[in-house]
Amino acid sequence: MKTCIKNGRIIDPSQELDAELDLYIEDEKIVALGDAPAGFVADETIDASGQWVLPGLIDLAVSLREPGYTQKGNIASETLAAASGGVTTLVCQPDTKPIVDTPAVAALIQDKAFESGRANVLPIGALTQGLEGKKLSNMVALTEAGCVAVSNHRHPMVNTKVLSRALEYASTHDLLVIFHPDETSLSDGGCAHEGVVSTMHGLSGIPETAETIALARDLMLIEKTKVKAHFARLSSAKAVEMVADAKASGLDVTADVALHNLLLTDNVLSEFDGHYHVLPPLRSEDDRLTLIEGIKAGVISAICSDHQPHEKMAKIAPFSATEPGMANLEILLPLAMTLMDEGDLDFNLLLTCLTQGPASCLGIEAGSLSVGSYADLVLFDSTQRWEWSGSNRKTKGQNSPWIGENLIGKVVSTYLSGQKVFPIN
Amino acid sequence: MMRSESRALQLNDQGQLKHFLTLDGLDKSILTEILDRADSFLSMGEQSVKKVPLLRGKTVVNLFFENSTRTRTTFELAAKRLSADVINLNIETSATSKGESLLDTLQNLEAMQSDMFIVRHADSGAPHFIAEHCTPNVAIINAGDGRHAHPTQAMLDMLTIRRHKEKFEGLKVAIVGDILHSRVARSQIHALNTLGVDEVRLIGPKTLVPEHFKEMGAEVFHELEPGLEDVDVIIMLRLQKERMQGALLPSESEFYRLYGLTEASLAWAKPDAIVMHPGPINRGVEISSEVADGEHSVILNQVTNGIAVRMAVLSMAMSGQLQEKEQQASSTGETV
Repeated sequence: MKTCIKNGRIIDPSQELDAELDLYIEDEKIVALGDAPAGFVADETIDASGQWVLPGLIDLAVSLREPGYTQKGNIASETLAAASGGVTTLVCQPDTKPIVDTPAVAALIQDKAFESGRANVLPIGALTQGLEGKKLSNMVALTEAGCVAVSNHRHPMVNTKVLSRALEYASTHDLLVIFHPDETSLSDGGCAHEGVVSTMHGLSGIPETAETIALARDLMLIEKTKVKAHFARLSSAKAVEMVADAKASGLDVTADVALHNLLLTDNVLSEFDGHYHVLPPLRSEDDRLTLIEGIKAGVISAICSDHQPHEKMAKIAPFSATEPGMANLEILLPLAMTLMDEGDLDFNLLLTCLTQGPASCLGIEAGSLSVGSYADLVLFDSTQRWEWSGSNRKTKGQNSPWIGENLIGKVVSTYLSGQKVFPIN
Repeated sequence: MMRSESRALQLNDQGQLKHFLTLDGLDKSILTEILDRADSFLSMGEQSVKKVPLLRGKTVVNLFFENSTRTRTTFELAAKRLSADVINLNIETSATSKGESLLDTLQNLEAMQSDMFIVRHADSGAPHFIAEHCTPNVAIINAGDGRHAHPTQAMLDMLTIRRHKEKFEGLKVAIVGDILHSRVARSQIHALNTLGVDEVRLIGPKTLVPEHFKEMGAEVFHELEPGLEDVDVIIMLRLQKERMQGALLPSESEFYRLYGLTEASLAWAKPDAIVMHPGPINRGVEISSEVADGEHSVILNQVTNGIAVRMAVLSMAMSGQLQEKEQQASSTGETV
């Protein structure tokens, strides 16, 4: 199968490329940019005039909810949401039921994802059995079964000795460990950033120190064990500074941020709308601006959706009783582009944080349109105005403050290894 | 992107109360109207016939997810003096199924065609949630939600202050004790600032009075003497025993020594200062018996004023709902 995508504007930060070029695909891979290879006769020619051709997005944080929580979402529904949002590779969390602490669960998720055929799904394996923070999981077997990293997710590692040993063991086998820095004795029971807004509205606070104290411990152990480390969902200014300092002193760590922490602050909590209940919480304007600075400075190299779909009932309760999380996977790109309006970030940097950045955090070959790469790509209409509602929503999740909002920029089609995965009849 | 604000949620198109959820965002004219109405009901309480027909034929449901005999009783009395039919429901909630039980309960009660829910709930924002999710034309009155607000309690305190001090301008008011966990204090701070007092002071250790309260328009003091100096009104808050277990305080005795109101510490305030307490009092923990029962104390007046303020709020919210209902009816009538 040979495909030619003509007349599109190709934007690929990995090659520092932004030009109107034709792109040639043969079977799964990109075979040429610009001029056709000798003897190339396209079976299909797509006219992408007026559209952007982008590398398929990579999302480091998606909860697929399967197995175990299929009232909230399943692999078929959420990978379709991914494809419709231009996400071709996603990393899914270990906190399913059963937990991803055996190769069988990791294999099940990948088999179902393969069957759906909408996106590359890379599971994270549990760092400890049952995410209980007590016994090490079979990390090597999990990796052999396709897990891209290991993590204890947001479950506490109360015992520092167990954490230290888990990191030593992961380091032995050169595994990537993903940290969610959270000192639970400080964050337990909290539902909002500890600050003026939570104080005024009587919401239990999660102090910045819940993040920074855990982060400090993690950094010490990373330095000692030399484990490959990635920090997930930084939320506070101080945490950004600490990771920046660690990197400056030579520690090889990476970090990501959830898109909603770049867009919103705790000011939106004044009406107790549970849709804004997320963990880690939305923090202050100073925190938000420092997270953006962290991206500009390269301290944070990936932006993720932190997609957590929920059924409607999960958010129909008083604020603190709602389940945390938002489901924004399929509007990741237009939502991220609103950061350009205020001049906070330019498109090239945004796209880097959605493609090449997360690929390098994971150490995988993806997020590029270079010749020889898998043809994971997105055709994007950057000017189309559309309403994200009802029939055009793909996720099973009913929880986003942007449902019913008008967005600018829409994915026209998505290709995974040269195959069109969105839209398909 | 931002949802409707409290102002919009609790006021109708004419700017009249239709719910009473928080004092945050209500302007001085509404607070003054509540106080004026309460004053008129108070003089009525001295007459032999205590009932007025403002809520005749209406069903008021006391929906208490947290136990409180005192608050529930004063709301019940207020509603009955307005001639309403009153149903009391105490609903124990399990920590795991709060959301479902709250919504289910609401739907059941709506089927009974109630006109007003008086809600007390352990979660901050629960009355907002109910106001957003229940059928139109049912008034929601907040009888205390989590740490967030207790607006009728704050308004009865305002009435007590006005009846003793006549006006709010020029007053210095100190609130002492566990501000962090107090929904009453939060509502009082809003009310005092809106009504125009000179200064609101919060006094307590850093564990109970975080600096963030300064953003609400209050001065924060960690020592009693400078905090009480020259104040006209002292509001003591009840100290819960749980605060010792939560490592917020070392002991009741140390708290009393540092922040307890005694005749000696009362002397730091103005000679004509009044002493208030939302009750129930812990004698010898936050206040001495001599002060609680002394000539500066107006604690018992507060209870009487509570019924009048609640009558005022219930009648205002109900007329705001009726006003909105009539307007809806006339606008649909026009389109037919």
